[in-house]
Amino acid sequence: MTASTIKSRPIYPGLTPDLNAQHNIIVCDKAGTTAVSELFSRADIAFAERTTIILADSLTDTESKALTRELAPAAIEMQPTLADGIARLRQLLETAPMGMRLYAAGTEPLIGLVVQAGIDFSIDHLSIRTEHRGSLKRRVQCVHCKGYIEDVTTNPVKCIRCGTILLVRDHYSRRLAAFQGVCIDAEVPGDIPAAEALYQ
Amino acid sequence: MSGNSLRRVRVAEVEAVANRIKRFRLVDIDNAPLSEFSGGSHISVVMHAGSRLMRNPYSLMGSPKDTSSYQISVLNVEPSRGGSKFMHESVKVGSELEIGQPLNLFPPAKLAKKHVFVAGGIGITPFMAMMDELDALHADFELHYGVRSLKDGAYCKYLQSRYGSRVNVYRQDLGQLIPLKTVLRGQLLGTHMYVCGPKPMIDWALQTAKLLGWPDENVHSEQFSAPPPGKPFVVKLARSGREIVVSGHQSILEALEENGVDAPFLCRGGACGQCETAVLSCDGFIEHNDHFLTEPEKAEGKKIMICMSRIQSASITLDL
Repeated sequence: MTASTIKSRPIYPGLTPDLNAQHNIIVCDKAGTTAVSELFSRADIAFAERTTIILADSLTDTESKALTRELAPAAIEMQPTLADGIARLRQLLETAPMGMRLYAAGTEPLIGLVVQAGIDFSIDHLSIRTEHRGSLKRRVQCVHCKGYIEDVTTNPVKCIRCGTILLVRDHYSRRLAAFQGVCIDAEVPGDIPAAEALYQ
Repeated sequence: MSGNSLRRVRVAEVEAVANRIKRFRLVDIDNAPLSEFSGGSHISVVMHAGSRLMRNPYSLMGSPKDTSSYQISVLNVEPSRGGSKFMHESVKVGSELEIGQPLNLFPPAKLAKKHVFVAGGIGITPFMAMMDELDALHADFELHYGVRSLKDGAYCKYLQSRYGSRVNVYRQDLGQLIPLKTVLRGQLLGTHMYVCGPKPMIDWALQTAKLLGWPDENVHSEQFSAPPPGKPFVVKLARSGREIVVSGHQSILEALEENGVDAPFLCRGGACGQCETAVLSCDGFIEHNDHFLTEPEKAEGKKIMICMSRIQSASITLDL
């Protein structure tokens, strides 16, 4: 993650435990589990005991079992996709009381969607603790047709909905959980630089 | 520049509302409408108490929609630096005062699902304007108000009759304490807590919320304390070369104002950071009484909040 001059570009300070929280919800992907292990190593066992982990990733049986052991005694819920994980998070937030602390660890799309869900339930984005792990892929919104392009790894990228070639900017919307993509050849149509794999 | 222009007002009403607490209603000197404000705002009132010039901040407690007058409540504190004593003894109906524009350093969180107000004594005042504003928006709130007794606590009856079961009064004379743990436990996500009152009460409420796992973003507090007194000292102003004596019961800011120096300020309570001033040299220890500078900044001694802090030595040179 490189420093940006764009103020809306999110920064992820890393996970630190809030030892006072009555309950913790952590949403992570496979790469993010390492950050969760490190978080647990910085807290007592009771911290993990009052934690629910939503692990949203496609995992093999062996991986699932290994990670369940690794992250015990936290309660782990496996969700096959990020969308399923976020749907489950929203379900938990429906009834969550104050004193619950939300964490997110993994790719930027995962963190962004967790923060978006948190905001929808009136959690201040600054009180969600986040750590980026794994791929640099981005979730991008085409500012022209408003379509979303998931898992973007190149810049520019073609909008899957309207076909516009988009410059992926660091401009970020917390509400939409997406970076903004703008037409790259608006001034000189057809003047399109080669795509670079910037967000692998 | 202070950037906060003054306005002349006339005292239209004075009412003793509780032991040692008076309510003042202020109207524009020409009966022009006053500026609108938002719940949680305060004004500073300029006082010429004897030879001394003071500006004390008071929360606006009337309805924010009412621009015909401002209402403040003043507790006669003992011992007083002179401000509250001046308000209680010298200000009558018809008296003229100068006030600053309303400023809000204690607004309710607009996106909160629910607001829990925790007040101690005179700390009720900002919540009165907030509740008026939130009630009109049909927002969810509850008040937990600790008073020494019904004679000492202002507006108990008014608040209970207007807001019913949303108002909870706790009387110290009956041994009742705010059951804050119970109040906070199990509140729905998106609830915000606000506390205003004496410093020990604020510290207790903030600590209670923290220990229950409430994020800092959901807890808010405001306290107006007078600048603590100390020994007199000299402030040297590097840019103008002037030397100004700060007396024992005066803040640096008050001494500057008394000598016609226009220094920056907003809250006058060490909270907002507006009066942060660079220290060029100091021959001793700075007593940082603000809650704006970080601990490392305080230890470094390169900055001072002139509304609240002073020094324990002979002189300090400021970049003013």
